Amino acid sequence: MLDILLSLLILAGAAFAFIGSLGLARLPDFYTRLHGPTKATTLGVGSLLVASAVYFSTRGEGISLHEVLVTLFLFITAPASAHLLSKAALHLQLRSLAPLPEAPETLPDPAAHSPRLLAGEGDD
Amino acid sequence: MRRLLPHPLITLALTVVWLLLVNSADSGQIVLGLLLGWAIPLFTLRFWPDTPRIHRPLALLRFIVRVLGDIVTANLTVARLILGRPERLRPVFVSVPLALKSDLAISLLANTLCLTPGTVSSRLSLDRQYLLVHTLDTADPDELAATIKARYEAPLQEIFERC
Repeated sequence: MLDILLSLLILAGAAFAFIGSLGLARLPDFYTRLHGPTKATTLGVGSLLVASAVYFSTRGEGISLHEVLVTLFLFITAPASAHLLSKAALHLQLRSLAPLPEAPETLPDPAAHSPRLLAGEGDD
Repeated sequence: MRRLLPHPLITLALTVVWLLLVNSADSGQIVLGLLLGWAIPLFTLRFWPDTPRIHRPLALLRFIVRVLGDIVTANLTVARLILGRPERLRPVFVSVPLALKSDLAISLLANTLCLTPGTVSSRLSLDRQYLLVHTLDTADPDELAATIKARYEAPLQEIFERC
């Protein structure tokens, strides 16, 4: 019974990871391609990790919760890298199916950034 | 107290991360985890100028559950879109006006958007007023912005910014 459940989880995980990667090949432009790896892959890796946690927890050597940590880091890093990639793409004005938004504010106003840092350092 | 234990939440989080990392809950590991959780914020004090406050822990829990559910649906949606006909996609950039003020809340919102409904956050305007979001397939950009504000931004505001 448990084996069947685990196999299903692993198969689902593999399927989603595959679909996410397939998105890289099938989707038309850079921005849409970002969606495949950030999303479909999350659930793919998620299912694999649940399978791993269940498998190692039921072998009688205590509960295994390493996987929670992997999930946590994945949820923190995947969006951050997607955000940076897409920001860089916007900066380079890559070809896009969606109409590109107007160019960003050109030079950052130094006053807009420094006060926070200065205030932070003044605290301690 | 404030000088010795500047960030109790980070201390707690680091301790939990340590216990998960060593994959055990021995008392020795708990002490070591607490020690790390106490020392690391002290050494990295400059990275954490302001202390985040969680006003509504229960609302945070509800938010996490909702996001986890949305991750599953988002994954299914994106998988369907990828396997469907890519030429039918209607990708669009949406500029979402932000009501959130704190850095932590804004970054959490951006993170959540990347994980959920077919959106990737692309750029935060320098004045922190607008978050530019790229969506994979949308019929009505205004409705999407309204959904984002109601479904994700409002709870975050309630959790981190209501005094």
